[in-house]
Amino acid sequence: MTDLTELGIKAIREGVANGDFTAREVAEGFNAAVAAASELNAFIVATPDHALAAADAVDTKRAKGDDLGTMGGVPIGMKDLFATKGVQTTAASHILEGFEPQYESTVSQNLWDAGAGMLGKLNLDQFAMGSSNETSYFGNVVSPWRKSNGANTDMSPGGSSGGSAASVAARIVPAATGTDTGGSIRQPAAFAGITGIKPTYGRCSRWGVVAFASSLDQAGPMARSVEDCAIMLEAMAGFDPKDATSLKMEVPNWEAGLNADLKGKKIGIPKEYRMDGTDAEILESWEQGKEWLRDAGAEIVDISLPHTKYALPAYYIIAPAEASSNLARYDGVRYGLRDLPEGSGLQDMYAATRAAGFGDEVKRRVLIGTYVLSAGFYDAYYTQAQKIRTLVAQDFEKAWSQCDAILAPTTPTASFPLGSLSDDPLTMYLNDVFAVPASLAGLPAISVPAMLNSDGLPLGLQIIGKPFDEQGVLNAGLAMQQRANFDAQPEKWW
Amino acid sequence: MSVTREEVAKIASLARIRMGEDALDRMVPELNNILDWVEQLSEVDTSGVEPMTAVISNSLRLRDDVVDAIPETAGGRREDVLANAPVAEHGFFGVPKVIE
Repeated sequence: MTDLTELGIKAIREGVANGDFTAREVAEGFNAAVAAASELNAFIVATPDHALAAADAVDTKRAKGDDLGTMGGVPIGMKDLFATKGVQTTAASHILEGFEPQYESTVSQNLWDAGAGMLGKLNLDQFAMGSSNETSYFGNVVSPWRKSNGANTDMSPGGSSGGSAASVAARIVPAATGTDTGGSIRQPAAFAGITGIKPTYGRCSRWGVVAFASSLDQAGPMARSVEDCAIMLEAMAGFDPKDATSLKMEVPNWEAGLNADLKGKKIGIPKEYRMDGTDAEILESWEQGKEWLRDAGAEIVDISLPHTKYALPAYYIIAPAEASSNLARYDGVRYGLRDLPEGSGLQDMYAATRAAGFGDEVKRRVLIGTYVLSAGFYDAYYTQAQKIRTLVAQDFEKAWSQCDAILAPTTPTASFPLGSLSDDPLTMYLNDVFAVPASLAGLPAISVPAMLNSDGLPLGLQIIGKPFDEQGVLNAGLAMQQRANFDAQPEKWW
Repeated sequence: MSVTREEVAKIASLARIRMGEDALDRMVPELNNILDWVEQLSEVDTSGVEPMTAVISNSLRLRDDVVDAIPETAGGRREDVLANAPVAEHGFFGVPKVIE
């Protein structure tokens, strides 16, 4: 029999439905793969029993002839930012260590309702703040990829959805949930040679997702192909009255709508994304992407997004500002850690709890956020950043009169060694320079693996689409996937 | 614009994060690096530009005027609410004495 861990969502679903193998066999195969991959540190907790129970339910349904669901028999990894009932949910922080939600997030519930099971909770950057998965309280996630020069240097899987990216790339899960605030699905997907899509803001409910920056946070799937992402996004998305910014729109049938013929479509190439210092091989992959899309029938047009340069600094005001407000809830009173120094009062307890419970990057962002929102600085920083956010969004709106979607690199570099940038927060932030503009504008965007660079590391290409046009994004992604024929896998060392 | 050590200590106090001397020593230059970098936003002419309030236009919905309309966010779940409290006493959150 084929190794079931080689299969993605669609192949598993069809194999289970056809009776080629049982959902239980699939779950057992992936549970074993997860257990054998502890060196990647991709999971904070494994939940093999959850995966088995969901699989048994699907096998029982099949015996009865019932509908198995669009994710029937597919076990997935769940980023540990989604509240899962009775299963520890930490956001990779010490302050939430041991926290067991009494409720299920909407996105995870939607996936279970579609027949999926959970292999475990995936490691991430603490509170999703980071681009290298080095800020987790539970240790770094190690990328399964290594440079081809034979040096066994541990590489970054990207972040914040680093555990998700690493586990999909290592074939220890067929797919995983991610969340994207400023690139946290697309950048790790690019680093790990997998596919990940962030939908339009509001498509996936934020209810039960540990909040980082609420005006930006969006969940999305990370998987091995565009088709698998379409299937899983369809299962995750949908209107939720419990999220005030949830889109009250039908979820399109993205899987059925997949079409790699781009005849009549215009793809924009933003000149401002050609930045000084961008890796030559990244630029080469970008050229390659244009060729692929042209080959699929699209017309390539030059466009301008003049405020691109200001998107990242604006993001680093807006996201920390929202984070400083959202993270005020961690007070040592209602849930999570409490540090009560001997003889101290309530205020001391707050300060001690938050000092002990938050990592350095989280503290840095809470302080920045507190500063830019404080009296006397609010207009100069926060209001100005929100005005620039308007300008960034207007740049895209103007571009849509010239093109249907935009092609850009996902990241300015390939993955880097763990530890190589962690002393330099600013350089780390720059890794999201191509990802953040679409986040600020709430637009759907996908990263698709394009090629390996000369170090043997994956490079990703990004398609950014119009609001609500996930289908156009998926279709252009599919056209590139079919031409890139990216089938490289990391060599197993774990 | 840059922040002094005293200002960082003040911000940390506002954010309710205890910060020792060592942590302050590390944080002051890091924050200043970031603030120097975001300073470039001031060069953008934003006169006449409205600050963004909603990234995807969406109207605020009204829910039905029904008590406990959505079960997951409804009342009557005291045990669930207290389940993760570091200290829960007599059906309430326990905190250190606040009134002397």
